[in-house]
Amino acid sequence: MALFSWLIKYLSKEVFPLPTRMFAFVCLVFLLFLPLLTRDPYLLRILILANIFAVFAASWDLLSGYVGQINLGHALFFGVSAYASAILNLKLGWPPLLTVPAGALLAVLAGLVVGVPALRLKGPYLALATLALPVILMGVVFMFPGLTGGELGISGVARLAKTRVAEYYFTYFLMVALIAIIWKITDSRVGLIFHAIREDEIAVRASGINTTFYKLLAFCLSGLFAGLAGGLYAHFMRIAGPATLEMVTSFQAVIWTIFGGIATVYGPVVGVFILVPVMELLRLVPEVRMLAFALILILVLRFLPEGIASWVQDRLEKECPRCKARNAFTRRQCRVCFAPLENG
Amino acid sequence: MLANIFVMGLLNGCVYALLAAGFSLIFGVGRILHLTHTAYYMLAAYIIFHLVGAAGVSPVLAVFVSVLATTIGGVLFYRLLIEPVREHETTVLIMTLALAMFFQEVMLLIFGGHFRGVPAMVGGFTTIWGVKVTYQYVLSMVTIVFVLAAVWLLLSKTRLGIALRATAQDREVANLMGINVGLTATLAMLIAVALAAIAGAVVSPLYVLEPAMWTHPLVVVLAVVIVGGMGSIKGSIMAAFILAFAETLIVFLVPNGAFLRGAFSLFIMLVVLMLRPEGLYGVFFEGER
Repeated sequence: MALFSWLIKYLSKEVFPLPTRMFAFVCLVFLLFLPLLTRDPYLLRILILANIFAVFAASWDLLSGYVGQINLGHALFFGVSAYASAILNLKLGWPPLLTVPAGALLAVLAGLVVGVPALRLKGPYLALATLALPVILMGVVFMFPGLTGGELGISGVARLAKTRVAEYYFTYFLMVALIAIIWKITDSRVGLIFHAIREDEIAVRASGINTTFYKLLAFCLSGLFAGLAGGLYAHFMRIAGPATLEMVTSFQAVIWTIFGGIATVYGPVVGVFILVPVMELLRLVPEVRMLAFALILILVLRFLPEGIASWVQDRLEKECPRCKARNAFTRRQCRVCFAPLENG
Repeated sequence: MLANIFVMGLLNGCVYALLAAGFSLIFGVGRILHLTHTAYYMLAAYIIFHLVGAAGVSPVLAVFVSVLATTIGGVLFYRLLIEPVREHETTVLIMTLALAMFFQEVMLLIFGGHFRGVPAMVGGFTTIWGVKVTYQYVLSMVTIVFVLAAVWLLLSKTRLGIALRATAQDREVANLMGINVGLTATLAMLIAVALAAIAGAVVSPLYVLEPAMWTHPLVVVLAVVIVGGMGSIKGSIMAAFILAFAETLIVFLVPNGAFLRGAFSLFIMLVVLMLRPEGLYGVFFEGER
């Protein structure tokens, strides 16, 4: 009961006054009740993949958007966890509830392995060094076909849940929870330090903050969330193959995030839920599918370089000049401190 | 065998050097990781294929037209698409990648995914140490060396070269010295795309043409600029030959080595990054904000 009244209070104070949060809330409720309307397995499949990829993209945003450590090899975490989950499931017979966290822990380890050498590198050097790692791991995967299945990958992994609808709800609630956690992290003191490291690392160090620790923490957290997504992906697709390590997978996370809006957490989620269905729609015209995708990307980035979610938010909301709280564009007075808002 | 490796390595080295010099120039002057770079190389080769094959234009004219058209296209796309979003680093990254994908898909639609070839401009061959060396190979090689020498002269002896190098070293101070930084970046892009187009033009009779032919050189060029040091053209040329010979050795000596060549370049890049993060001749942009 206390939880319920807290929820009502939270919604009326923090969600309903802002049009973008209202929209996100409506979308979440709609997705929650969607299986009541349709149980089309193909539609649910697209949405399940979107749920998984939303976590994957948000984890890239946490590391590269917030901390500014541009990671072009994010597929490393995804692939490590996908392979680990698949191997643990098939060779040791662990259920998905154990293999996914175990895979994610391995991805955290991978985050440390990448993070420690990455401390020495900056900007484009870091971006290109990370680009190489999944490619090299792919070579290793091909070298041990007995364990990893070589080019074919490991198939026959256990299902995430018994039915499609159960899988949908499982990934849906996990997505909402994980995105909320990532959002809370970026909203906390740690998130503030992440922001500061991106803007000026030397100044942060001069303020007595151990930037090495926070950068490694970012790599580990990002690895954890990307790893969870990777494990879920292996169990949902029922296969862990070299495709999870491909450069395309890394760049997809970047594309979704930039498309939605970098360093926002909701940006990558919006990007995934727009681009994944669009890519499925484009399957209707297979010859020009990639062409249309590239064109959409070019046009959106050219005219909305900060991403589609950030652009919409700037149109629907304005920031209070005094207390920096966000307000709906219709308001004359700030909803927190009652300072007058200029209309413009 | 050794002579074979030497001949192939020399050619690959020259092509990578030409591509990496342009990539390095535009990174140094414009601070742009220009992932479309090798797509222009593919584009130039395809334009020559079309002009010589379907339109029946003479090969020499085709080379000039293709280099000119690609360069104009490259500068236009830079001004229209990349420059307006320059402030957003990651947006530029994805924009240039999307542009490269766009070119690949357009070529795929027009010419299909078949492997194509362009007839040699000059026929005949000679034998050196038991290896067949065509005159086309010699011609391509001489062209590349000539172009690289011209770039070096341009950068070291002319006013434009000084402006380019000054902007690469420090944008703000170059601006204070009265250098039009935006224009300089555009000119750097022009030179870079022209170099990529020339590389595409000289290899078109020697390599196999396909729409995805830009991806492998891109990976190698990224490794080359890291190994040589970002923004250093001298380092890029040295590293291009090192990586080209390493790659050719792998392809010739390791069974199925052709699959490993990209990974091997990246591995060398990683080793260099760990031992010497700024590359062989790199400048460390430590003070930059």
